[in-house]
Amino acid sequence: MADVKLTHVKKIYSNKVEVLKDINLDIKQGEFIVFVGPSGCGKSTLLRMISGLEEISSGTLEIDGQVVNDIPPALRGIAMVFQSYALYPHMSVYDNMAFSLQIAKVSKADIDQQVRKAADMLQLTPYLDRLPKALSGGQRQRVAIGRAIVRRPKVFLFDEPLSNLDAALRVATRMEIANLKDSMPDSTMIYVTHDQVEAMTLADRIVLLSAGNIEQVGSPLELYEHPANVFVAKFIGSPAMNIVPCRIEKAGDQTRVALSSSVMVDTPIKTDVAEQSKSAFFGIRPEDMVVVATQEQAFLSGEVSFVESLGEATLLYVKVPGCDDMIIAKQAGTLKTQRGDKVHLSALPEKMHLFDENEQSYTR
Amino acid sequence: MAQLASALVTMILGVLGCAVYFYGSNILLDKIFPTKNRPAQQVASNLRIANSIRPWLFLGPAVLLLTFYLFYPVIDSIRLSFFDRSGEEFVGLSNYTWLFGSDEFFESFRNNMLWLIVVPTAATFFGLIIATMTDRIWWGNIAKSLIFMPMAISFIGASVIWKFIYDYRSGGDAQIGLLNAIVVFFGGEPQNWITIPFWNNFFLMIILVWIQTGFAMVILSAALRGIPDETIEAAVLDGANGLQIFFKIMVPQIWGTIAVVWTTITILVLKVFDIVLAMTNGQWDTQVLANQMFDWMFRGGGDFGRGAVIAIVIMVLVIPIMVWNIKRANAEMEGR
Repeated sequence: MADVKLTHVKKIYSNKVEVLKDINLDIKQGEFIVFVGPSGCGKSTLLRMISGLEEISSGTLEIDGQVVNDIPPALRGIAMVFQSYALYPHMSVYDNMAFSLQIAKVSKADIDQQVRKAADMLQLTPYLDRLPKALSGGQRQRVAIGRAIVRRPKVFLFDEPLSNLDAALRVATRMEIANLKDSMPDSTMIYVTHDQVEAMTLADRIVLLSAGNIEQVGSPLELYEHPANVFVAKFIGSPAMNIVPCRIEKAGDQTRVALSSSVMVDTPIKTDVAEQSKSAFFGIRPEDMVVVATQEQAFLSGEVSFVESLGEATLLYVKVPGCDDMIIAKQAGTLKTQRGDKVHLSALPEKMHLFDENEQSYTR
Repeated sequence: MAQLASALVTMILGVLGCAVYFYGSNILLDKIFPTKNRPAQQVASNLRIANSIRPWLFLGPAVLLLTFYLFYPVIDSIRLSFFDRSGEEFVGLSNYTWLFGSDEFFESFRNNMLWLIVVPTAATFFGLIIATMTDRIWWGNIAKSLIFMPMAISFIGASVIWKFIYDYRSGGDAQIGLLNAIVVFFGGEPQNWITIPFWNNFFLMIILVWIQTGFAMVILSAALRGIPDETIEAAVLDGANGLQIFFKIMVPQIWGTIAVVWTTITILVLKVFDIVLAMTNGQWDTQVLANQMFDWMFRGGGDFGRGAVIAIVIMVLVIPIMVWNIKRANAEMEGR
């Protein structure tokens, strides 16, 4: 059915800048895929290539088993929701939604039925006669979604649809999009965002891009629990994972790493003997850190140089002797800890991450 | 040379005079209503008074000049239209009855209406088409500059240029007119274009279209750039083809600007004078209102009453379009 398959897809601009390098991706029908990454990573370009608004420099794009590289956007069976809504300002809500069907010369009765169905689904019925300028941001975004729905596309494309909305509306619209997906389980959806919360909450699978490459593809929790490399580890999760350069003291089923001349940590991660003495990166998420009472229970100790109280949690920025970067520990609730206090930090061994000198994860 | 020098001196004196006036009057105002070293209460009231006078001070010269050069002539034209040829004896409505009974007036009026329909339509249409096309090609900006250039030529200058294009030599002389040269090249008979009644009107209109297309193009090109790209991309995804995108998505979004361009050219066309004067002087059925007015007022002995009547007719025709145009332009500026 409506699978989307990208094989060796590249995007090279005329000035030889390669914005997407060899993208291979297999999207199954009914999946909710989120492209996420920092700005400039090529995620929007990739989406626009799938839509047909941007040409594919090399490689093939298949939708439904058919190569669509040279098929015009309107015939690809896709619909797109733009960040700026892209509503036609001179048309009523009704006409905005009906436009594609009018172009396709669908009968008036069918158009009316489909538009009203979509409007009903998105609670837009009272606004059908209004112009876009008379609508709020959230309503406009719903019209944009409605415009996509009436086309009954095989694949929905969303280009940062929530980034023009305020925080509260963003959460509400996010849930609406999740509901929309539930009500159309057969439609494939591809969603671009730079917001990891949107990615984590909406996605069946996340595609994390950086500088034109796919860093990792997987379910949200897979990316959170088993990041493939340092980039993914730092991108997913907030605050970002603590990454400490280290040296492998003893390779084997259990790996012992030296974070500094004095701090040794035993991790349950298996490394090859060949890795012995190589430099590596040790990772631990702030929320996996536990404050313990004594130095014996801890694997890191240091002085608190900054405290951020968020109410539901407290962030401790700890200066550990021998480590260049501050170690962040996120503790639930409020703490009495103050700047200058000495704290001892521990963590469950299975929460530890270890990356090799090329920043790639050692497999457990 | 002496003329040039005196013009230069006049210009410098004029600009200096303006500067002295604004600077001096401002200082004088501050002197009369001082705000330094006075009790707070007095400072506040002085400041308020000075601030309410200052705009009038600065606008004053312009208001005076406009009254003198615009408002007074309008009033006096209305007065003159009820007086005889010398402007001394009251003749009631006889100038008006003469006008509406004269064949020449209906000829001019018909021609003006023709101009009114053809020129704004053609200039706006070509301007829009060129603006759209030139946005897509790399040499678009060069093309735009070339098309805009006629705007810099005075109507008289343009008429002289086009006279050469329509030029006709009788007998066996070689045709130096571009149009006749082309006609002869393709084996046709050379024509004296501007003397062919009815059609010669259109040959004159082409000159104004040639001048005004650049204006329409520049304004519409800016408006086209203001259309969000996403709406066009959305239309592409919705399956619209190039023409549908142009007529259903782009044109409606710049409709307000098109209307302003259209009416601006319309007002200009109602006053068309120079081109007709230079090309035919109203002969061969090409008379227009403005030229007719000029004829009656300043030529053939000069009949101020009849000239004024025609001027009033032109004014009555222009005013409603002007009002609408200004309203439209204001609305446009406020973002509709």
